[in-house]
Amino acid sequence: MEHTSTLERLIRGVLIALVLLFFLFPIFWIFLMSFQTNEDILRIPPSVLFTPTISNYQALITGKLVTVAGTLDIAFMKNLWNSVLLSTVSVGLALILGVPAAYAFARFKFPLSEDIAFTLLSFRFAPPLLVLLPLSLYYEQIGLTDTYVGLIWVYQLIALPLILWIVRGYFEDISPDIESAYRIAGHSWWRTFTRIAVPLAGPGIAASGLLAFIFCWNNFVFALILASADKQPVTVGSLAFVTASGIQYGQIAAAIVLSITPTLAIALWAQRYLVEGLSLGAVKG
Amino acid sequence: MAQIEVQNLHKSFKTGKVLNGVSLDAETGQIVVIFGPSGTGKTVLLRLIAGVEEPDAGTIMLQGRDMTEAAPEARGVGMAFQNFALFPHMSAYDNIASALTAGPMTAMQIKAKVDKVAALLKITHVMQHAPRELSNGQKQRTALARALVSDPRILLLDDPLRNVDAKLRYEMRLELPSLLKASGSTVLYVTQDYKEAMALGDKIAVLLDGAFVQIATPAEVYRKPASLGVAQLFGDPALNMVPAAPVLRNGAPVFELGGATLAMPVSYAGAAGRDCVIGIRPEALVVEEQPGPGSFPVEVVAVTPLNEKSVLLLRTMDGRELLASEPGDEVASRRHGPACARFDADSILVFDAASGLRIASQLN
Repeated sequence: MEHTSTLERLIRGVLIALVLLFFLFPIFWIFLMSFQTNEDILRIPPSVLFTPTISNYQALITGKLVTVAGTLDIAFMKNLWNSVLLSTVSVGLALILGVPAAYAFARFKFPLSEDIAFTLLSFRFAPPLLVLLPLSLYYEQIGLTDTYVGLIWVYQLIALPLILWIVRGYFEDISPDIESAYRIAGHSWWRTFTRIAVPLAGPGIAASGLLAFIFCWNNFVFALILASADKQPVTVGSLAFVTASGIQYGQIAAAIVLSITPTLAIALWAQRYLVEGLSLGAVKG
Repeated sequence: MAQIEVQNLHKSFKTGKVLNGVSLDAETGQIVVIFGPSGTGKTVLLRLIAGVEEPDAGTIMLQGRDMTEAAPEARGVGMAFQNFALFPHMSAYDNIASALTAGPMTAMQIKAKVDKVAALLKITHVMQHAPRELSNGQKQRTALARALVSDPRILLLDDPLRNVDAKLRYEMRLELPSLLKASGSTVLYVTQDYKEAMALGDKIAVLLDGAFVQIATPAEVYRKPASLGVAQLFGDPALNMVPAAPVLRNGAPVFELGGATLAMPVSYAGAAGRDCVIGIRPEALVVEEQPGPGSFPVEVVAVTPLNEKSVLLLRTMDGRELLASEPGDEVASRRHGPACARFDADSILVFDAASGLRIASQLN
């Protein structure tokens, strides 16, 4: 692979450019839109030349949406905060529950262990809409509708199976001899778990945590049905921009930019772990 | 006092029975080699003693205390694994120190102990390296250092030389006995290399099919193997086996080999009339140009010079193949063709063909 002809390099460059264009153009366009007024956005033909405005961001941050029909209060910053809170706490809880569970499934063979593990995975197969109606009725009865606790609980359906199954594979990849050696060196079961098993499965835990975070962040239907405006995350909150007097494309674009920023930042920061984590189990001898 | 006393251990896995009533004891400071081909349960036995597996039945006494149910960290043993089992996220230093950090020692005391054992094993210069940066030999020494550093009364070594190259294995075979003796620990050493077993063991316990078939000194295992199975495991090239039915002629037992009638020591008179297997060590076979008393005709089919010795493949007149081993390789090239072979009758081993057990010469 040392000698590549100019043609090969050229073709490769063009192909990479096409792929980048395909994936990045929508984000780039939305980024531009977020600095445009609705008139600029709806202009035909569209143009990249416009007078930038920060009014969209201003509206989101101050919570005052000015439309031709009047001023509307929007809770976007509250929604953003809800997203951060719900996703972080959900993933944190799923890690606390899921990592020890994954260890148990990987290391100990107990009656029905495979069946239990598979049942947990099967929560991912069911369409959310299928469980939503009964769930909302139950939530109504036990008073969990429109609470953070209720949402975080239902988010476990998303995060827990993902973390459990990915991390389990990592624990299975650790040679039991390594853990035995630490036990024989005089350390308790718990210390062996925290000092040997968890650090060695670290990339897998980071990767699954990140994936679970993204899935939680992007969730829409659970929060739409089970919570009201002041508990809803950005995904649902963005609906507020579809107003009686028209769709506020500029604010939607600004909201998208703001709401993908945290996940993008985490993904870029964790990219190293993510790639390493997703491939480690496959290539380790 | 017996430091290790294992009684009637049984262990089965889903795939079948692995240990079938194993008993063994080892005195203070003794090196007991557990020897056997792969898959006979040697590693399982060590893991039971270390406490990382639980026996189905039987008892394990360590330093006079019943430890059958104790947790691994409570047993006070040191163990080195065949695959080293180093902690990949810790430096060599931390790997070794891990055997001490659970105890009451201060960081200073731990450092002193680790430095001492590292110097002993000549790995001081790699203490800050991660396991992946170490050569196999250094990994193996780090694993040994981790097992030795806490001065355990009982040391379990699971084929520690298996995964290192031949040169290093040879060096370690020379170094290990003094190292282990100096530690004063009682050592159980698992190997499937008979030379290692002979070089290291105060006694050798031969494990075959989940049970000990012989526990004896290295010399005894070699000279008086309990069974044909044991005799085959010791020696390179392996024992020649000749099925025979000895008969008494003039009061002395004889057997047929390659058209010749060969005398056996008188003390084997009891073997007459039984179906036997005569075992002849390759090094006991002498190949000569001229026939002599007690010799039988053979054809030298192939010669393998191995520098310090030559291995000759012989074919007897009735088509049986025998291996002979002789020191030096200077004369090897001109040996092809007809020749005569003989052996010292006192060196033969006689086994019962049905049971495989050795028929003892009545004089010893």
